[in-house]
Amino acid sequence: MNPPVVKGFKPYGQQYDLKKSEPVIILFEEYESVKLCDYEMLNHISACEIMGVSRPTFTRIYASARQKIATALAEGRQISIEGGRVAFDKDWYLCQDCKCYFNNPDMDMEIRKCPLCKSENFKFIGQSTVKETSPDTDEELCVCPLCGYSIKHMQGKPCKDNVCPECKVPLKRNNLL
Amino acid sequence: MKIAITSNGKELNSNVDPRFGRCSYFVIYDTESKSHEFFENPNKNAENGAGPASVQFVADKGVSKIVSGEFGMKIKSLLDSLKIQMIVIKDPVKTIQDIIDMLNK
Repeated sequence: MNPPVVKGFKPYGQQYDLKKSEPVIILFEEYESVKLCDYEMLNHISACEIMGVSRPTFTRIYASARQKIATALAEGRQISIEGGRVAFDKDWYLCQDCKCYFNNPDMDMEIRKCPLCKSENFKFIGQSTVKETSPDTDEELCVCPLCGYSIKHMQGKPCKDNVCPECKVPLKRNNLL
Repeated sequence: MKIAITSNGKELNSNVDPRFGRCSYFVIYDTESKSHEFFENPNKNAENGAGPASVQFVADKGVSKIVSGEFGMKIKSLLDSLKIQMIVIKDPVKTIQDIIDMLNK
């Protein structure tokens, strides 16, 4: 599959204050199932073959996707597309030492070391994990720019709404510091 | 073995260009003779199709690996069929010399 073109959708024109609601998280495979069935108009059998899952599993993913989309529409919640068990059209490895990504175009040959730094400390990330998008891997924090105090970032809630108890200044996102 | 590296300038202390198709220069480094050569990218200001054209350009030089910061979406299938390996560097402040040193390690 190819990654979705956006990371999510936001409602607009709220009739009353919905700011407190959490976004609905749609997994990549759920997004893909809806795209295949309702956008590309494939039937469930061809769609499940493309996604490489069994027919019952596909139906479960698809049902869950529709349920989540309906929830977002009915409750006026944000949709965030992330995570899940997916492999994009690429097989990628990540070297833990030089932090480079590389692929293996010659599938007949096994990769033994990083092509750049020759380190053997690399891992395969192409299948069953998500490249840089898994919700748990990169924990987002709201951090105080002065003293470094941090709390876990709540999605949909701006960091600046939190104030550092020590320095009384608005917090900032950790990856923006 | 020849390796292409995308570069911002034509000196060894230039930084790696994070884009592949529209990078300023290509460095072709030969791991056997330890020699390097700079080529200006003819597709730098191309409206479209810079990626595939650049693939053509470096493939003609006989490279088997490409080091860059990011590859466009049309590139992967092309490079797969040519059996050229992509190496994506997420750290943009590396110089060409750094990369060559790493390759020689």
